[in-house]
Amino acid sequence: MSSVPHIQIEGLSLNYRTKGGMVSALEGVSIDIAPKSFVSIVGPSGCGKTTLLKVLSGVLKASSGKVLLDNAPIERTDLSGKVGYVFQRPLLLPWRTALENVLLTTEIVRKDVPIAQRTAEARNWLALTGLAGFENRLPHELSGGMQQRVSLSRALAFRPPILMMDEPFAALDEITREVMQDELLRLWSVTESTVIFITHSISEAVLLSERVIVMTARPGRIDEIIDIPFSRPRDEELRGRAEFTELVQYIRHKLHKSKARVEAAS
Amino acid sequence: MMKRSVTRTFGQIAVFVAFFALWELAVDLLHVKSVILPPPSMIFQSIAKHGLYLLQNSWPTFVAITVGFLIAAILGFAIAVGIAYSRWVSELTYPFLIAAQVIPKVALAPLFLIWFGFGLAPKVVIAALIAFFPIVINTARGLTSVEPELIQYMRSLGASWREIFFKISLPWALPYIFASFRISITLAVVGAVVGEFVSSDSGLGYVISYANVSLDTDVMFAGIFVLSALGMLLFLVVVMLERIFLSWQAAVEGTPETM
Repeated sequence: MSSVPHIQIEGLSLNYRTKGGMVSALEGVSIDIAPKSFVSIVGPSGCGKTTLLKVLSGVLKASSGKVLLDNAPIERTDLSGKVGYVFQRPLLLPWRTALENVLLTTEIVRKDVPIAQRTAEARNWLALTGLAGFENRLPHELSGGMQQRVSLSRALAFRPPILMMDEPFAALDEITREVMQDELLRLWSVTESTVIFITHSISEAVLLSERVIVMTARPGRIDEIIDIPFSRPRDEELRGRAEFTELVQYIRHKLHKSKARVEAAS
Repeated sequence: MMKRSVTRTFGQIAVFVAFFALWELAVDLLHVKSVILPPPSMIFQSIAKHGLYLLQNSWPTFVAITVGFLIAAILGFAIAVGIAYSRWVSELTYPFLIAAQVIPKVALAPLFLIWFGFGLAPKVVIAALIAFFPIVINTARGLTSVEPELIQYMRSLGASWREIFFKISLPWALPYIFASFRISITLAVVGAVVGEFVSSDSGLGYVISYANVSLDTDVMFAGIFVLSALGMLLFLVVVMLERIFLSWQAAVEGTPETM
């Protein structure tokens, strides 16, 4: 695995033009993401979470401010082949089996590695995500949760130093979701990639992350950055602890307040 | 599941049988002259009687349809790629394509006779022109229907245009492409026969129009029946190819054959 970069976002703003005039999607966002950390971004719809992810991956260009990777300004190619994505929808190729879907990213990034080795690794990722025995199934033969595991395996298979996840578990039922959260933590401890995780679910953010970035909407600003103190490994038991629910309540309260402010303004 | 598909095939045949039976009965009961409308029994006799003649004339029609369709498929695909990947090509060509599509190609047939003379060329041109449009439109739609996030993902990994095209976009568009092939192969049949009506001395279209002029109504219908069978056969070939290339899709839709 290539080394995991230190990501620094400094005073990042992004405006875009609409019919109604200029809209500020992000304003003065600064975040420091240490290598191998797990950072979640929570906030209301329209707070620029996904926009931030797109700037980080080079799809969108910031209007001002900068993103540094190991102190060097981000260029499109710098991150090329270094970021694995998991989206809200699995976005698998319906004509490829689970195994072939996992291999897709390695066909681009790790072409030089022999196919036999990549296949063995892909099988291993599927096994790690609980899909041993399902290698030759087509996506439509798998449940939503299983499809998302394939999608996660596909992202991990080329061993990216950074993993960006945009509400990956939002479409899953609660139990599947909690199982996936536990598995993600387990996998993360194996890979030691930096994970940037976007979610609507506050408890999910608190459970998974080392830091939670709370954002507000219109313009997308950082409200607060909260360090999550709970030790690892974190498990089921943490969900019931008083400190956990208190922290979740605290963030929820913050989001309610900022929502009220936005609604009063509009 | 096997049983269901057998039942279905029987049902499909039964519709044909019922149609011919009603036709036979109607002609008989209403005393229709066979010059006006021959009964199916007479048409089948005529097919048997003129078997060799019909077969010999099926060949040029088959060639015209197939070549016309293949040209439409290749050109249509190429232009669709242009439309899908270049906004410039798309914006420039769309009005022209639609304008060209609304012209009745049948009306151009006599002109092609002047341009290309007798023989294969005018038939192929008309078949290709008629079959072309659905292929362009569907292929372009298929290629542009790929999830943009997936394309961005591949780009972020450093995938080349070629890799994205062959690994993602083309297979993604294949169901759309085959849907258009199904439509276009039947259109190519129409095109080839129209060509034969106006500018040919061979082919099933020629058989039909010649028999019509000489009031051999049963031969005319024999030609129509053979043409229809030829069209169905070509349609089936397209469907078979679709099954081969899109076996995964048949599974997605849960068609009986794959269960």
